[in-house]
This record gives sequence, C-alpha cells and structure tokens, in this order.
Amino acid sequence: MKTMLKNSTRGALTLLAFSVVFTALMAGTYTFTRNIVQKNELDAKTALLAQVLPKGSYDNNLLQDVKAASSADCKRLNNEAGCQIYLAKKDGKTVAAVIETVAPDGYSGKIKLLVGVNRDGVVQGVRVIAHKETPGLGDYIDAAKSAWSEQFGGKSLTNPADNGWKVKKDGGQFDSTAGATISPRAVVKAVHNVLGFVNEQRASLFGA
Amino acid sequence: MSIMSWAEAKAIIHNSIWKQNQGVVAILGMCPVLVMSNNIINGVSLGLATSLVMLVSGAAIAAIREFVPNELRSPIFILIIAALVTMVDLLMNSYVHDLYVVLGIFIPLITTNCIVLARAEAFASKNGVAHSALDGFFMGIGLTVVLGILGAGRELIGKGTLLSGIDLVFGPAAKSWVIHVIPAEWNYQFLLAILPPGAFIGLGFLIAGKMALDRRAEARARLAAKAAEPAGLVEGQSHC
Repeated sequence: MKTMLKNSTRGALTLLAFSVVFTALMAGTYTFTRNIVQKNELDAKTALLAQVLPKGSYDNNLLQDVKAASSADCKRLNNEAGCQIYLAKKDGKTVAAVIETVAPDGYSGKIKLLVGVNRDGVVQGVRVIAHKETPGLGDYIDAAKSAWSEQFGGKSLTNPADNGWKVKKDGGQFDSTAGATISPRAVVKAVHNVLGFVNEQRASLFGA
Repeated sequence: MSIMSWAEAKAIIHNSIWKQNQGVVAILGMCPVLVMSNNIINGVSLGLATSLVMLVSGAAIAAIREFVPNELRSPIFILIIAALVTMVDLLMNSYVHDLYVVLGIFIPLITTNCIVLARAEAFASKNGVAHSALDGFFMGIGLTVVLGILGAGRELIGKGTLLSGIDLVFGPAAKSWVIHVIPAEWNYQFLLAILPPGAFIGLGFLIAGKMALDRRAEARARLAAKAAEPAGLVEGQSHC
C-alpha cells in the first residue's frame, strides 16, 4: 500500500514537472511571437481590403474607420450579425465603403465577398474571400484563379439596369463559364444586393 | 551513449528514408499525405514542419527517457510533442504567415500524426539524443520526399505547373519562379489529380514503384550471390 501511494505520488509529480516545463516553453513562444502574429493578421486584412479599392483613392487606415453594421443591415447583406463596413476616407471625406457580404446561394454553400463601392454607387472592386465552390469548375470567381471578378469594376445600379444584373446565360451582362453558372450567378446577385443596400443607406454611409 | 559513428548514422538515414519510409512503407500519417500533397510547395512545407517537430521531439524524448516512468510514457510523450507543435505553429504564423494560412489545420494536426508518436515510442525512448534526433529528422525527411514527389506529380498532371504557390514561402517576387510545363494560357486542368482521389492513386503508384525497386535490388543481389545459376525469378517485374 505504501509503495503504491509512493509510486502514484511520484508519477503525479513527474507529470506535473513536465507540464510546468512545457507550458512555460509554450507561453514563452507565445509571448515572443504575439506581436508579430498580430501584425501579420492586420497586414493580411489591410492588403485584402486594399484589393477592392483603387490605389491612392483613400488616405486613412480602413481598419480604424470601421462601422459596425446593425443586425438588420447584416441580414440585408445575408451576412452574420456583427458584420462590418469599412469606410475609406480622403482628406476627411468618406469616398468609398468596403462592405462584407455573403452570397448565400453558391453551388456548395456560402460565398463570402468584399465589395468596394464609392459614394456615387459605383463598384470599385469585388473579391471572393471564402468559398467552397468546386475546384477547377466554379472557383474561377476567386481572383486567385481568374480575372472574372474584375468585370464588376465600374458597374452600378444604373449600369447595367436591373435586368442586366444577371449572367449572360440568363440574359444579363455578366460573363460566366459554360457548365458553371451557379457560382457566378450567386456572386452577381450578391453584388447587386450590395449596391441596393448602399443606395438605401447612402446618407448614413457617406453623410450628406 | 557516445556520439554515433558515421556508419551508424548512415544506417539510421538509410532506414528512415528508404527501408522504413513512413509514407510508402509504414503507410503512416496518411491524413496530411493525402490532403497536402496537391502541389510541391504545400507537401514539402508540411513535410519540413513535421521533420522539425520530429527532430526536436526525438531529441527531447531521448534526453528525458531516463526520468519517465514506464507507465507514464504516453502522456508525457504526447505532452512534449503537442508543446513542440504549438511552438512550431506559432513560429510559422509569425514568419511564414501566408503559408501558415494555406497549411491551416494541418500544422496543429502534426500532434496527432502517428509517425511522431510512433518514432518516439519505437526509437527515441530507447536510444541516445543524437541518434533519436537524427532518426526523427530523417523519418520526417523521408515523408517530405514522398510528399514532394506526390505533390510534383499531382501538380504536373493536374495543372501543368511545378512549384506553384512558391510565393507563399519566398514572398511575391517568387511568383515568377513557378514553372509552367504546360503554357498557362491553355488553362489546362485535370481535376482528378488535384482532388483527393489523385492522392490515393498517386500514392498507390509510389508504393508500387518502391516495391518494384526493392525487388529488383533483391533479385540483383541474389543473382550476384549465385552468379552461375540462371535466374528466371526477375521476370514479371519488367512492366514496372
């Protein structure tokens, strides 16, 4: 009995010692890398946001001029509550907004998008930031795979008119690849939806 | 245990990379092998991360093996491996962030890669620090080679490129290093190779290829041994 107790105590203490040492090592690495990791994440996000706005069209830090959208607005954008809108400013005047939106009807689930719209309601850029579309088939909506998403630049609610906001196959103005129209259809619809949203919210987004 | 001799080191390296290659002989660690081998860069990067973890974990486990009660072996080994993987995870997140985003969940999963624990149990718990470090590292390299070859094949057949995604490791300037074996304008794609089935099929060919080479070497050794006798045994492998 005594030796058993002694053995278990010894075992427990050994485990404790190892846990302490290796936890300390992990904590040390964490402290050492924390700032770099944070900076990397911010840089990655800034770079992503910069992709949907023309270079030099704004002079603020987008990550600092964030407007938390109301839950009704997020719902309007098919996004989860707590979605954000980044405001691009030049000389203190809001010139464009970067809106996080979701195309809920992709071929395999949600397609997450960033859409840059200027104060005249003209699309500055569209980027797919997360999707599960079929590799090699529907994934050409991703800027990393093809230039497809660039055709949104310069489009607005009046250019084309409502009935033009469809893929060509459905009688609209947007290109799509034969055999893979579900993904682009979803994106076109989502971008159109964002433009409608910006139009309604113009006052609250851009002031006057 | 004294520092090993060159012959010992050679034996360990040969055993790790060829004889007991964890990818095509032991067939361990299939989860990352199948998923991350869709191109060379992903495969080799994950392989090197695993090698690094195995180098350090081998050394660490060999160093403390005398203090670990036999019945507490597994929890302590796992604790050490998990701690090391966490450290590698944090370091990769800081210094190769883009690649870290691509490899994603497979870095923390190195913890559960049975190769790491298998070598800890089978080798590091019974051998010296230098030997164990070498064994761990080259077991990892053996896996890296498999991941690299499989990645190259899948990338080449699937997309007609080699080294795509190299800019994730060396920065945007490296984008021009990508080799387009099939011109990029052709938009060549063969999905089967890129998707998971391609990994299974490719791995099957690698295993077969390794076996064929082994058998040929065996047959040749046998031939050399009884040089006088005619050998009809080698037939049947010629199609490989």
